[in-house]
Amino acid sequence: MHIVACVKRVPLTDIQVKVAADGKTLDTAGVEYMLSFYDELAVEEAIRTKEKLGGEVTVLTLGPADASKELRECLAKGADRAMVLPDNAWGTRDARSTAKALAAKVKELGAQLVFTGRVATDRDQGAVGPMLATYLGWACVTDVVSLELTAGGGKAKRETEAGVETVQFSLPAVLTCDKGLNEPRFAGLKGIMAAKKKSIEESTAEQVANQANFDKLELPPPRKEGRILGEGAAAVPALIQALRNEAKVL
Amino acid sequence: MTTIVVFVESAGSTPRRASLEALGAASQSGASVVAVVTGPNGPAVAKALGAFGAAQVVVLTGADQYSPDATAKDCAAIVCELKASAFLVAASSTGKDLLPRVAALLDCTPHCDCTALRWSGSASGTRPILAGKAIATVSGGGGVFCASLRPNCFAAVEKAAAGTVTTRAASSARLAVVVDVSAKPGTKLDVKEAPIVVSGGRGLRAPESFSLVEDLAAAFGTAAVGASRAVVDAGWRPHSEQVGQTGKTVAPQLYIAVGISGAIQHLAGMRTSKVIVAINKDAAAPIFKVADYGIVGDAFEVLPALTAAVKAAKG
Repeated sequence: MHIVACVKRVPLTDIQVKVAADGKTLDTAGVEYMLSFYDELAVEEAIRTKEKLGGEVTVLTLGPADASKELRECLAKGADRAMVLPDNAWGTRDARSTAKALAAKVKELGAQLVFTGRVATDRDQGAVGPMLATYLGWACVTDVVSLELTAGGGKAKRETEAGVETVQFSLPAVLTCDKGLNEPRFAGLKGIMAAKKKSIEESTAEQVANQANFDKLELPPPRKEGRILGEGAAAVPALIQALRNEAKVL
Repeated sequence: MTTIVVFVESAGSTPRRASLEALGAASQSGASVVAVVTGPNGPAVAKALGAFGAAQVVVLTGADQYSPDATAKDCAAIVCELKASAFLVAASSTGKDLLPRVAALLDCTPHCDCTALRWSGSASGTRPILAGKAIATVSGGGGVFCASLRPNCFAAVEKAAAGTVTTRAASSARLAVVVDVSAKPGTKLDVKEAPIVVSGGRGLRAPESFSLVEDLAAAFGTAAVGASRAVVDAGWRPHSEQVGQTGKTVAPQLYIAVGISGAIQHLAGMRTSKVIVAINKDAAAPIFKVADYGIVGDAFEVLPALTAAVKAAKG
């Protein structure tokens, strides 16, 4: 089975955000990047699935041409191929544009199973996975926390407000990975050496014009300065008073 | 008059609060609101929706087990038939899963987890990105404005409307089906939906001491328990309770952080809460910078006193 893990490069999660001069985009000067946290889970699950059921894993990203650092790490962990669809506008593509470009490439690769993260920790949309599946006409389960694959399909669990859902799905499928599904491995020395010999493939991203507009980007308004009501249990009456009479939430 | 289609979720035969908020957002726009419900309790849920501004309710029949792809097809078909200008859902697990599928079927781009909408001229939305470290104003996205709305950010509006109920056979072609839902033990509220969240962190020193957090949550009655990344990674609490950048983003009326220092990833997940209370031993902890009210003190001393006081206040 050909398995694809779709991954995205995102800013480190502990950056202080600055808005660019256009007032619409992120100031990327000095920003360092990582693979989106949930995409690490997708890569791990793809490799584990290959180890269990056999097949081949391709890690696919639509991103900057220099995304090879992240991709090489995926190769070192056990992915067979890594492919980048270079696009200077990767950071501003909307979800539909990204999903369509990935769908075209996944089809071309002849994959049957796609893993990706629940959400990319930059735009926080969580839209590309289910959109990709819809454009391909495939089954999709989002926010997967446990997975059991069988011939032709599988069962996945996802956590919702109501409890834990078990979703039965057919293959081909797109599965988006949530925390709890697995613990990503570290690349071993042997893997790192082997990855150095592999090449990062480049392919063309289908151009799809954006529909969504980013009209404005701003920092959240600073919260009004709060106050310390006191120390220890002695401050509890003051807190109850404030919650009831001032904040009116009690 | 334009039409807005809203997919409404339910718990048993009761519509979910977050879905009523989405109905409220739709009826505030002045459009004619059409609600879509599914599942075995669909007809019972449908009856309640006229009171919340739905002019029409479409009940999808024959879909006792939920299929996200089939439901997406049905919603997209209804949007097309009614030539609706917008499609809204709650940004719940189900809603966030459904919206992008419907958007793709309509060949539109969704706007997920919006915290505000504006309908003057063309529709636009406000949505936090980078887990709330920045706020984007977004618009467009194709012919139909598709958005999911963050729970607790919009008001459910009690507004009498016709609430005419019609039925429609649900799509039978299904690629994925929910075959089982194991409900949460007891009546535990989800951290995303609850109007009050009490979260604990490392300051509680051991997993057992989370009973103090649970007691306070129980005293409020309508509170959920949350957790910091540190205690989830340590295996003290399940990931479903994690608040922050790699957990859930919440916006309750009241957020109480106990023994949480306030790492930037945690602050990102809760800073849009209406009122924030911090209880921490360290007076210099960053959590106090975003808190409206702070108590400097040990959780083991403050929590039992606070729980007793809340119980007394609730009378």
